[in-house]
Amino acid sequence: MFVPCDRGGGSAAADFKGFTLLMPAVSVGNVGQLAIDLVISTLDMTKVGYFYTDCLVPMVGNNPYATAEENSTELSINAEVYSLPSRKLVVLQIRSPFIKNKYRPFCETLLSWVKSSKCARVVLLSSSHAYQRDDEQLLGTPLRYLLTPDLEKAVGGLMKELNWKEMEKVAAYPGISDTDKVLHIPGGGITKLLFTESCSEGIQMAVLLKFCSEGDNIPDAFILVNYLNEWLQLIKSEVSNPSSQWKIPSSWRLLFGNGLPPALF
Amino acid sequence: MATFFGEVVVAPSRAGLDEEEEAREETPEDREIRRELEKKREIDVLWTWQSGGRAEEPLVCSRFIVAIGRNAAAFLSSFILDSVCWEVVGVVKLWNEWCRTSSTTNVLPTDSFCLFYRLISDPTVLLCQCSCYVAEDQQFQWLEKVFGSMQKKGLQVTILSTCPVADYKTQESTLTLVSPFLKALKTKEFQEQVCCPLLEQPNIVRDLPAA
Repeated sequence: MFVPCDRGGGSAAADFKGFTLLMPAVSVGNVGQLAIDLVISTLDMTKVGYFYTDCLVPMVGNNPYATAEENSTELSINAEVYSLPSRKLVVLQIRSPFIKNKYRPFCETLLSWVKSSKCARVVLLSSSHAYQRDDEQLLGTPLRYLLTPDLEKAVGGLMKELNWKEMEKVAAYPGISDTDKVLHIPGGGITKLLFTESCSEGIQMAVLLKFCSEGDNIPDAFILVNYLNEWLQLIKSEVSNPSSQWKIPSSWRLLFGNGLPPALF
Repeated sequence: MATFFGEVVVAPSRAGLDEEEEAREETPEDREIRRELEKKREIDVLWTWQSGGRAEEPLVCSRFIVAIGRNAAAFLSSFILDSVCWEVVGVVKLWNEWCRTSSTTNVLPTDSFCLFYRLISDPTVLLCQCSCYVAEDQQFQWLEKVFGSMQKKGLQVTILSTCPVADYKTQESTLTLVSPFLKALKTKEFQEQVCCPLLEQPNIVRDLPAA
């Protein structure tokens, strides 16, 4: 699945032992993916490879993080891996939706790659439909977290210190009391599947998600990435304006269409 | 998402399918149905030198030109292909909700087809006209089966395709753009001169040309 780039460094670039894998779920508003774009762009991460997979819709374009003429012509595809060895961080970016019936095969292959590349833990950025919140969830922060039991032991205390809110479980059969509570992440794409698989496989995984709706999700992405930063401390953020330190990639231009024809007026 | 009249409408998500379908465990009946559907959607690549069995040797190919979509296929028909210099060497048989191709090589321009031609004077030059739509779940298969039949060392691939001007993202309005116009994407291994400007961010290519 993972194909390393030839960068002269040979296979050294593909060694992720002890690294944190940061990745998005393709979810409502694409918030996770936008947040990952901010991370890759701000930290100026180097591409170290890609996933050769039949689970995602194909797409290709030129370098979405281009800053100048010189670095704007590198091809970029739907699932690519970037790394920042100095922070022991490896990032997977997913740029297209899943093909029908391919959620499970992708999750299985991904988790087996996580194990074989010996990543220490996985952090999944995701989102969930805001309209599905219950009365209590409508109040307070729209951000939630989840930890697999293995990671709970390591960082559960830190989450409490940060005053983070764990994602609530909902009744399996709404309206009937005394029923089992289950995890329900509507609009979260592969989030629930990946999380439950990680729990059963003993993988240390954290899910960070935001309740949101479709629309202009750039502010949601900033909120999610600042939430992540509270924990991982990827950049130094200013208290007054925490979003100012993140660099918007050039591919975010024209998200809502082209310029208007002058003849319209 | 609230509308002006106050009712809540479920907006289609840019993120794609609702995962609830996927998360459900498959019953044996579901699995059977899925397998049957997958079999129906399988692609067959038939080469003319195969007579019942599979081709043992990979095809030696130095240049492979693929025209995807009716416009690109028509371009090849009008300007490149003729029955004197080119011979049909293969066909792709597939079915999806949008089209069905058959294994016949005698096609009309209005048919949906996917044919392979070889230059008679240089049999390592291969050309593909793919006017049918290859669905998302078939694109990877198409890729593996077609390229799987070729030896890929020293192979140069050129992909021709068209997109609506309305899909092109640019600062100005597309109404004022002089169209049609050419844009290119190339891998870093491609060292030759490209005959037109490269595709600017944030434009992307999708479907079979991307695959």
